[in-house]
Amino acid sequence: MKSFSEIDTTVKRASKSIGFEWGIAEELGKNIRLLEMFGLAGLKNLNSYFKIYNQKQFQKISLISKINTSNIAYCPIISGTNFLDQVINLEKMDEINFENMAFPLLFLPFVSRSTEIIGKRIFLNIDEKEFLLNFNQSIYSNYLSGDIIDSAKKIKIKFIENKNTFEENEWQELYKLSEGTFVEETEQLKNSAAGAGLTDND
Amino acid sequence: MEIQLRDPKEVMKLSRLGSFHQSKLSFLRSFLQEFKNWEYKRDLLDLDENGFGVVIYSFKKKNRIYSLICFANKISDQERSDRVIATKWDAAFTLFDGVPTKQDIERLKQNVPKQEVGRMSFKELTLSRANKSVRIFDYVVECLSKGKQPDKDKLAKVGYLYRTTAVYGSGKFGLADRFRIKNREEIYGPFRLEMMLVYLVRQFTFDQVNHIAKSKNPKKAVKLDPNISRNLGIGNSTGLGMAPFIVNHPLLLNNWIMARETALKQIREIKEVKKKDVDLIISCLQNSKKNIDNWTTESEFQLLKINNLKKDLDLLLQYFLTKFDFEREFSYNDLYIWAKNNLGEECLEFMVSVIMEPYEKITNPLIRTMSADEEKFFTIPIEKTILDLRKVLELKYSDILKIDFKKKENNQNFWFISKNKEEPRLANRFQDEGSDLEQPLAIARDICKLYERISNEKNSLKIGTFLMNNNDLRHVVRRAFITEKFPYAEIQDNTIGSKLMPIDMLRLKLSFFGAVKFDPRSDKWLRICMFQGAPLPTELTTSNDHWVYNSIN
Repeated sequence: MKSFSEIDTTVKRASKSIGFEWGIAEELGKNIRLLEMFGLAGLKNLNSYFKIYNQKQFQKISLISKINTSNIAYCPIISGTNFLDQVINLEKMDEINFENMAFPLLFLPFVSRSTEIIGKRIFLNIDEKEFLLNFNQSIYSNYLSGDIIDSAKKIKIKFIENKNTFEENEWQELYKLSEGTFVEETEQLKNSAAGAGLTDND
Repeated sequence: MEIQLRDPKEVMKLSRLGSFHQSKLSFLRSFLQEFKNWEYKRDLLDLDENGFGVVIYSFKKKNRIYSLICFANKISDQERSDRVIATKWDAAFTLFDGVPTKQDIERLKQNVPKQEVGRMSFKELTLSRANKSVRIFDYVVECLSKGKQPDKDKLAKVGYLYRTTAVYGSGKFGLADRFRIKNREEIYGPFRLEMMLVYLVRQFTFDQVNHIAKSKNPKKAVKLDPNISRNLGIGNSTGLGMAPFIVNHPLLLNNWIMARETALKQIREIKEVKKKDVDLIISCLQNSKKNIDNWTTESEFQLLKINNLKKDLDLLLQYFLTKFDFEREFSYNDLYIWAKNNLGEECLEFMVSVIMEPYEKITNPLIRTMSADEEKFFTIPIEKTILDLRKVLELKYSDILKIDFKKKENNQNFWFISKNKEEPRLANRFQDEGSDLEQPLAIARDICKLYERISNEKNSLKIGTFLMNNNDLRHVVRRAFITEKFPYAEIQDNTIGSKLMPIDMLRLKLSFFGAVKFDPRSDKWLRICMFQGAPLPTELTTSNDHWVYNSIN
């Protein structure tokens, strides 16, 4: 088994070698390491992308809009880097769409890392595949095959507002149960158990 | 009185970093402190009459066990080389997480001796190899087999029986990634497991000479005297491989230097100095004079440094004996100010190391701050502005911004990775091929480029937007914002200029390891010694931490 440290170093060097700047190569090292750590086929997809990277043309987007369409497939690495760099502005758009992106799994870690910057979860669709990106701590997905995904017709990115998954009444029910661990205080305990001063005026 | 930390622009110059010495914060010393109460055992010694075979040692505490597996092999003198391009070594080692099974040992026997071309697994933590000292190994065997102890003076000139040429960890060649073990209490300090490997290798060298001598002459052979063993360490031969590490790990570098600088600051802030503490410092200084006299090198560069150190050390001792005023408050601060004005860099930094000796209460908590979670600060703060970046560059890199990279001499070298051995190398940009594949280690030059690039940008422009068209400088934008938070993260010098002495970078790292007797063999590689004078494994529980100053006494 290759260690994550080996993956990081080799990806960084390979990315520079194929033509990316060192700073982006550094991002890619960390990204592929992240994908592999989450059990997603990052290295496999990157390797396939690099095989055609200098043979085909890819759209290198700079400024990302709400809807991004192109006849030439978007480069997932340049799209991802710019997504990461612009995420604070993009968050205001609520939803971002890309049409036609090559090797979209390589775009995913940039979006995952963005969730950490903005402190919000992101729901990402790569065609029919779903990914819930949780503050760069975990990725929940229905994509488990580990296959190479060489293109995506549509990528939908939805910023999820920070809210609980449960209703207030559910919280109250559980809270009531938790009160079962509390001790009813006698008058004496009220005076002696807290440790704070008995008057608030000193 | 509050003393300020020393200015990074003073401390982080290469010549200063290249004058650092081991201290109580050094990793090999903090390793011994941490593991002194662990149970040490030699679990297996399976060597033939020539000392070839397998030996296993372990450290154990509660349910945790670390095992060093040593493979001793036969090689010819022609095959023995300290260079990283070597393919065979007298012995190869791996530190195993737990107790190895027979299958593990068999698997490792096939891989560990091959080093870089072998494959390790997540069960192995560190990997190394070493060569016998041709100068003394056979001599020691010969003496012991005849029932005599070897000549101490002869041994002192070398200082070790074996010399390692590389120690690998943190995921290299399939070894366990750091994240798997980073939460273990006992390895909070950096390079703990690398230090454990080297320490146990030292014991292997003693066991091997004793075994060969005994096999040679079972009736007459004697064991190496523990007093002699104690004064032998493990040599290490280090080339450029180490140099980029300190550039590539800015946060780790900051934490090492910050610990050292904080220790100095807190010592200078001691109001009333106790005589017994100063007596200990004086005794360490006096003892270390003998060590320094024993520090041999053919390098003119190092000889000059050693001679200056010797001269300055006399002045420093003189100061302690005649001028150090216990009656005055903050007398360490007086000492530091005097030393800064009267001593060279080599002795000033030596003094900084030695005055830590009585102050475990200061150094022990700092040791736990010397690791780093580098991932945490990897992402560039895109919400910041060009004004923020400009301020960082002008404040933190002001000396670097003065370097004129249009001058050939400031731009002479480039760092590259050798295709043959995947190791860092340095070459002349104007004479050698390969500068198009330059590694991103010319930080000073790229910072200057970045400063120039932002000169016409609007102050209010967000970094995220700036990067849209400037990703060629992304790596230094990242660094600048790391340096903003961590003052000692950056070498405040030019790492590609004609005057660069790469061994300054090696020495910095090795001093934190706890190495002594730096012996530059050129401006690009040096030999050092580790654990010379350290207690033997069986003596650990009763040992004191000042052994390093008694190493040849």
